[in-house]
Amino acid sequence: MPDIKFGTSLPTDSEKKAVDEAIESYGPVTLEITERLVYAGHKRTQERRHLLLPALHALQNTSGWISPGGLDYVCRVLEVPPAEAYSVATFYHLFASQPPNGNQILHVCDDIACSLKGAEGLIDDLKKEGYETKPSPCLGQCERGPAVFIQQIASHDSVAVDTDLKKINKSLNGTSENDSIKLPQAGSDHLRLLARVGIIDPNSLDDYKSHGGYKALTKALEMEANQIIEEVSKSGLRGRGGAAFPTGVKWKAVADEKGKTHHLVCNADESEPGTFKDRVLMENDPFALIESMTIAGIAIGAEKGWFYVRGEYPVAKQRLSEAIGKARKFGLLGDDILGSGKKFEIEIRSGAGAYICGEETALFNSIEGFRGEPRNKPPFPTTNGLFNEPTVVNNVETLANIPRIILDGGEAFASEGTDQSSGTRLFCLSGRVALPGLYEFEFGATLGEILDAAGGFSGPGNLKTVLLGGAAGSFVTPESIDLPLTFEDTRDAGVSLGSGVIMAFSDADELTKTVLRIAEFFRDESCGQCVPCRVGTVRQEELLIRIADKNSVETDISLFDDLAAVMSDASICGLGHTAASAVRSALNLGLLETQK
Amino acid sequence: MSETTKKYSETLVDITLNDKKISAPEGSTILDACKQADIDTPTLCWAENLTPVNVCRVCVVEVEGSRALVPSCSRPIEDGMVISTNSERVNTSRRMVLELLASSVEMDRADNEILKWMDHYGSNPGRMGNSSEIKTSKQPVKIQDDLYVRDYERCILCYKCVEACGDDAQHTFAIATAGRGFEAHISTEFDVELPDSACVYCGNCIGVCPTGALVFKTEHDMREDDSWDPDNQKVTETICGFCGVGCNLELHTQDEKIVKVTSPSDHSVTEGHLCIKGRFGWQHAHPKN
Repeated sequence: MPDIKFGTSLPTDSEKKAVDEAIESYGPVTLEITERLVYAGHKRTQERRHLLLPALHALQNTSGWISPGGLDYVCRVLEVPPAEAYSVATFYHLFASQPPNGNQILHVCDDIACSLKGAEGLIDDLKKEGYETKPSPCLGQCERGPAVFIQQIASHDSVAVDTDLKKINKSLNGTSENDSIKLPQAGSDHLRLLARVGIIDPNSLDDYKSHGGYKALTKALEMEANQIIEEVSKSGLRGRGGAAFPTGVKWKAVADEKGKTHHLVCNADESEPGTFKDRVLMENDPFALIESMTIAGIAIGAEKGWFYVRGEYPVAKQRLSEAIGKARKFGLLGDDILGSGKKFEIEIRSGAGAYICGEETALFNSIEGFRGEPRNKPPFPTTNGLFNEPTVVNNVETLANIPRIILDGGEAFASEGTDQSSGTRLFCLSGRVALPGLYEFEFGATLGEILDAAGGFSGPGNLKTVLLGGAAGSFVTPESIDLPLTFEDTRDAGVSLGSGVIMAFSDADELTKTVLRIAEFFRDESCGQCVPCRVGTVRQEELLIRIADKNSVETDISLFDDLAAVMSDASICGLGHTAASAVRSALNLGLLETQK
Repeated sequence: MSETTKKYSETLVDITLNDKKISAPEGSTILDACKQADIDTPTLCWAENLTPVNVCRVCVVEVEGSRALVPSCSRPIEDGMVISTNSERVNTSRRMVLELLASSVEMDRADNEILKWMDHYGSNPGRMGNSSEIKTSKQPVKIQDDLYVRDYERCILCYKCVEACGDDAQHTFAIATAGRGFEAHISTEFDVELPDSACVYCGNCIGVCPTGALVFKTEHDMREDDSWDPDNQKVTETICGFCGVGCNLELHTQDEKIVKVTSPSDHSVTEGHLCIKGRFGWQHAHPKN
């Protein structure tokens, strides 16, 4: 280590204790050395840098902000230069750089779905009542908005859904939170990924086992690793996070990197506006994900699994954490899984309010204790991933398909859906539909069929447009109702399935506001590393405001084309590449002018 | 590894660069190959004495088979790679990167090279909107000591100063990028003043800054009273006498007075970097009156 100059501020006793606990109690996945070779040219060896993010969480929770004394203590304990620790802390929205006013901060979602449910009015009400509120990007509660993430000081965070001022007052007085599950297809025989959701007690291992749980792991332990990968390849399973990359190819690439430590990361940083599918799975069927990860770990030769859950999902984190503890206790995780001699451990890491950390390489940096700035690819995660070691990153929903592939075989899985889109897919329905919630369909169902299942359009006026795939997706018109929502059909139609978002809007909605909110989202969530995205997302928003104010001007449209071109061509990562996507579709469909 | 100490393989790789077939050493970047082929490439965040961070994106090129454009400064060449450095897509992105930057930061003290590239690609930052109506990096100058001036409304966030302060040269880690998105900025911890930070005043951040955001106090003061005159400056090479290392110094003088000190970035000892003594230990040459 270089000589580090620390500050002179002192931590409070509670800050010291919280940081010590966060670091000492750190789970079984402990790295002796974290070596950093790729990103931004940093080359250094720091033994405990990866504990920086958990330590910052401990500080924030204890004091309600990242105080100079607390941060300096973290720096001394972890041997991190103060300027770097500060640079990491200020990257995340859930870490405050000013002391708090009260005992909690209310992060009120004012994103596109909650906005339709009157989020702005709620913010006004809460402010009038004297609460410290912050407008928040999508909290992943779109089927039961408006939603508020209650960030507590010295207590557990919580989420209020379907909420209003009265309910918030109540929940802050200790009344339990709303635990509604909006699963209109509940009980239906064709549910695969959602079969146990709402049926079993998420905290009960016995309940999980009596509903088919851990049969797949037992079977997988009798298989060779390459057989498991072979079945996953045969299944045709493709990533459900948005990129649709074939899972088997990814697994094989990492398994083939012999002689190196491998990692498995479950990407649960679900933050795409309109997306809540992973949250429903984690909250209601946590053992299924632990079982899936264990099978994946065994297949790719990883003994370390990382569950990166977004910071705004306290219920998911708590249930996963309990489930991991139980699995460990019953020999389903650990050094000798079910007596097979195979090792696998899972550690939960919590994000802290940064959409960009869902980008796989930004996620690595975040876990490693650096700013969540994406790395340039290549090299790809399969060779240079977490801690620069071969890594498989899979989305929650992707992993949830694994047990069935093991039990029924890859071919049986591939026989469902279409040739290029096998299996089932989760769809997050919100906005102007009668029954918002999470739906599961065999691939091939059309947009219209899915909307019908959700009770069809509901609201004032008529169906005007549907946002497909989230803020990084695109708006389509009601004429697209016959579009089958498969990877291939959406690609051919020039739209994206993304993370399975289907959000309906009425011609009575203020769509200009919706489109501007999307532009604002990208501006807020850009990490700021590369010029096209850092400045481009700001200029895009300014331009849209000008267009909305004055109607479209020809020079503005040519400027938009140039901004879209440089962001999608020259940005480092997918955030910049897609930052103009939904906006462009809105401009093409004339959605900005509808209010004129 | 910084560029100056990079060892190239003796194995050659065949690539196609702007329709011409060339061979370049394995392990070299597309930018290296462009230099070898005498193709001028704009760069902002790249420097020969720093590890490439590929954040400015002005050096992007089109590589066949790659959906997005590729940063030439960091991407190693591969056998059979087909590269275009002057396609319409490349030109648009390069022009836009320069326009976006120039619309948000003051570029009038940037290196001449940068101004030349803006001209070359026809960048017109004014079309982003009136500077009073759009977001810019406008902010007060930071003068906290007698050696440095930090004028962050000229900062393009190229990360060079962070790298020079960090593990590319000084290993002091006094500054890093804080905040996020457009609000991202170079900062000490809690933005404490430089004398209270870990800064050791080596001046290596100034040495690598391409836009005049970080300058010697001497330069800043002379620019303020309009006496800064690069055309009438002389550069004298000498060896630093403070210790036995033997760093090469370039003394920039105007009117017989030292106004700044640099070191050649291709010098085998310094790689362009100095310490406080070499960089600032000349003030005794001009006794205060």
